[in-house]
Amino acid sequence: MTDPIIKTEALSFSYEAYESHSGELVLRGLDLSIAQGDFVALLGHNGSGKSTLAKHMNAILLPTGGAVWVDGMQTADEDLLLDIRRTVGMVFQNPDNQIVYNVVEEDVAFAPENLGVPSEEIRARVDEALRQVGLYEYRKHAPHLLSGGQKQRLAIAGILAMRPRCLVLDEPTAMLDPIGRGEVLQTVTQLNQTAGVTVVLITHHMDEAALANRLIVMSKGQIALDGPPRAVFQHVEQLRALGLAVPETVALLWELRQSGYDVPLDAISTEECAAVIARLFANQSG
Amino acid sequence: MDAIIETHKLTHIYSGGTPFARTAISEVDFIAYSGEYLGIIGHTGSGKSTLIQHLNGLLKPTSGTVTFAGQDIWQSKAKTRETRFQVGLVFQYPEYQLFEETVYKDIAFGPKNMGLDEAEIDRRVRNAAAFVKLEDALLTQSPFDLSGGEKRRAAIAGVIAMEPSVLVLDEPTAGLDPVGSEEILANIKEYHRAKNATIILVSHSMEDVARMVDRVVVMHEGNIPLSGAPKEVFAQGALLEQIGLGVPQVTRVFQHLRALGLDVDPSVYTVEQAKGALLSTLAGRGAGHGD
Repeated sequence: MTDPIIKTEALSFSYEAYESHSGELVLRGLDLSIAQGDFVALLGHNGSGKSTLAKHMNAILLPTGGAVWVDGMQTADEDLLLDIRRTVGMVFQNPDNQIVYNVVEEDVAFAPENLGVPSEEIRARVDEALRQVGLYEYRKHAPHLLSGGQKQRLAIAGILAMRPRCLVLDEPTAMLDPIGRGEVLQTVTQLNQTAGVTVVLITHHMDEAALANRLIVMSKGQIALDGPPRAVFQHVEQLRALGLAVPETVALLWELRQSGYDVPLDAISTEECAAVIARLFANQSG
Repeated sequence: MDAIIETHKLTHIYSGGTPFARTAISEVDFIAYSGEYLGIIGHTGSGKSTLIQHLNGLLKPTSGTVTFAGQDIWQSKAKTRETRFQVGLVFQYPEYQLFEETVYKDIAFGPKNMGLDEAEIDRRVRNAAAFVKLEDALLTQSPFDLSGGEKRRAAIAGVIAMEPSVLVLDEPTAGLDPVGSEEILANIKEYHRAKNATIILVSHSMEDVARMVDRVVVMHEGNIPLSGAPKEVFAQGALLEQIGLGVPQVTRVFQHLRALGLDVDPSVYTVEQAKGALLSTLAGRGAGHGD
């Protein structure tokens, strides 16, 4: 069995050392292991610690207590920093903050240039990254004229040019409209399925979380729920208590259940939900 | 109900007269009734931001008219100015526009510009802060020390402090978690109720629009192809999907049920309605089974 791409052991963190914050722990003794090639969604209300956890995945933050390993490399080891950052790439919420150059392809070349990649190799990587996110036709365009979804895909291409094995995306769709969201999610899903890139997706959107193989819900710096989305979404009351919503499909089935009808809650898509209700109707009419 | 804002054949062309000329909205007849809670939906580039910036005179029509309470808002400088105070506009990510030293001063900026006296400004700042549930202790802090959700609410309070009779909000819950979103939507509802104010909510979230508003205006390619009660609008699932908008999840579930041959109401758009519709049908079936 291969090593996990990300592993944390008794990970604790407080911002005390960084800013004038109180010494309160944001992460509290977290044990987590993410397998290579997995697609993990990370959920939790604001302040649950999910972004802080994400920033430990490529050594932007270092543990106050416990340890984090990226592909077997401990993040506290400064000598490994470059290798760690090459292994795990981060994409943030606001695409405008992640774009530096005036031409799309130059922006994508930024990271490999900094890594000292030879120029022919850079050309190949840039073209491949732009094709992977569906922006190859836009390679000579100015980034500020792209749509929100295109900009965010450009930010992803900039990370892909480093050839990371794991992508950590911190609410990459929060500032996008439904079309832009769809573009980014399709890109991310494709990278996971066809290129085998491990994906850690932080999101508030339940329908996005439903795309993952594994769903981790965080609360107060610890893992509250962990499992396939279907299993996690069944904990309707617990999710609501944690300040999270469930998809409307699950909410509707849960309401029927509260009214005494024995329906399963693990129907997430609208088709599945309709099928469950149709079966209930068929049974009721005997 | 009377119209409070109306546009007639409103057209806006950006960079008019240059090779970059682009028509953002074209001959739009829009109406907002006094005291209603109106939703505007449409994807990026549909013209909704351009439309709402005309409602308080931030943009001047290329052609067509905008009236507030029956009067053209461009008829005089005084009228334009009055409209800016009467129609409060909360932009996307308004927290980026916080700039004062303290939250109090930031909220007071609008009322101060209106030339109100100190006592009235103070009353309005505290009132607005109360609407968005910002505690008094926060008023003396720097806006930059607030949490994301608090910043958003402080920015909204800055507009509410002008006590506009129409409050227009562009994606007020974008980027917030479900708890933060619910708080903001509740604050807006409270302002709507307490002031009998007209609310215009621009949103990408079909679910939010479905739950909150009395009437929906759909924008697409600079026009309004569809408007009406949520029930009527969301019943047009095919048209909405075609223009890239979709319908709330429960509405889609009910569409599937109809496709499966079940006779359910196609115009259901909230979980609550869906539950009611299913339970009454199930109860009916149970009774039928009994005879």
